[in-house]
This record gives sequence, structure tokens and C-alpha cells, in this order.
Amino acid sequence: MDVLYFAWLRERIGEPKERVETSAATVRELVAQLVATDEQHSAALSDLSAVRVAVDQELADLDASLEGVREVAFFPPMTGG
Amino acid sequence: MLIRIQPDPFDLASILDGFGQGAGAIVTFSGIVRDDTGQMVALELEHYPSMTEKAVRDIATKARARWDLEDLAVIHRFGRLSVGEPIMAVATAARHRQAAFSAAQYLMDYLKSRAPFWKREIGADGPGDWVAAKCSDEDALSRWD
Repeated sequence: MDVLYFAWLRERIGEPKERVETSAATVRELVAQLVATDEQHSAALSDLSAVRVAVDQELADLDASLEGVREVAFFPPMTGG
Repeated sequence: MLIRIQPDPFDLASILDGFGQGAGAIVTFSGIVRDDTGQMVALELEHYPSMTEKAVRDIATKARARWDLEDLAVIHRFGRLSVGEPIMAVATAARHRQAAFSAAQYLMDYLKSRAPFWKREIGADGPGDWVAAKCSDEDALSRWD
């Protein structure tokens, strides 16, 4: 699946997007896999209270299922308006 | 219902020409890039292109379900915006002012915390800090529960 990062998460990871092969069943399992990848991922995703997630462009939580999902995005709390 | 997510400046008056015809009340709100520190020259707005319009449309649809609105408009910019430039606007049209005011506030509260935009301050020396979300913005949503 495609994993996207925005704002300071994108800067810490160093890429806006990556292709990830995963058998993770939930967002939480995907995060655990990403954190184990390298220091950048570990630093970006260390404090999940500061991270929001969207699954196929819908806001979701860490327990969201990844079955059939094509795109997961991680970003800080939004600041529109 | 008009939803526009664009980098370009907009002219609210021309966009709203004919907006809400027949309504008894029209409320408009404009957000302007403001410099709180005296050091900022611009804001850089990042967004999530494939999600943004859908997220804004969902918020607008919920507002329409909640109040009896004749019409509704949301314009939100992204990219680099200088201090003093309009960053976004909402407009609501209803038969009565209460619905128009409330729906406009609801739209603003949800756009602040549920539309996928992120702001970064740009100073004379280049990019500065990302603007952190405020707890008060999240709290503002609870009044609509």
C-alpha cells in the first residue's frame, strides 16, 4: 500500500510517500512495522498522541482495519481555517 | 453548494454574486493571514490533495443536514500566502439569521480541526515553525455534540 506523510511528519521521514509491503491487519500494526524500519520512522511516529491518521482518505484511528486499503496517511493535528 | 480548494487568490464579492438569492440572511466569514510575532512574512499551507475536497464537502454536507440552508460556500487556499491576504472564506444563506450564523460557526470550527491543512510560518530568513493545533480548537467542536 501507499503510505503518505504530511507537514513535520513528512520532514522527519524525509519523503512524502512510500510503498510499503505489509500484512498488518490494523493501523497500529502498520505503525509498529514502520517504527522498526529506521530511526527516521521511529522519531516521526514515536508520540502517537501527536499523530492523526487517514485510511483511504477518511479520518480513522489506530484500530482501523487495513483490509482492502490502498492508502494510509499520517499527519499532525490539522490546522485549517 | 460551492467548494473550492485552490492556490490562487479569490475575490469573494464576485464569487458570491447571486449567492443565496431569495434567502433572508447571508453570513460571510473571511480568514486573513495574520502576523502575531512581527517576524512573519507569509504562511505556507500544505494540504492532502486527494482528501481535502472530500473532507470539506463532508463537513459542508453535515452543516446542510443540521440547518435549513438555502446555500453554502467554502473557499480555502493552499500554498504560500502573504500576510494580509485572504486565506479562506465561508458563506451561508438561510431564511433566518440564526441558522446562517450557526452554520458558519460550525463550518469554521470543523474546517479548523477536520480539514487536512497544515500551516507553517515563513519569516524573512525562510521557513519557521509549523503552527500547532490548539486545544481550544478541538474543544470548540464539543459544543456541536
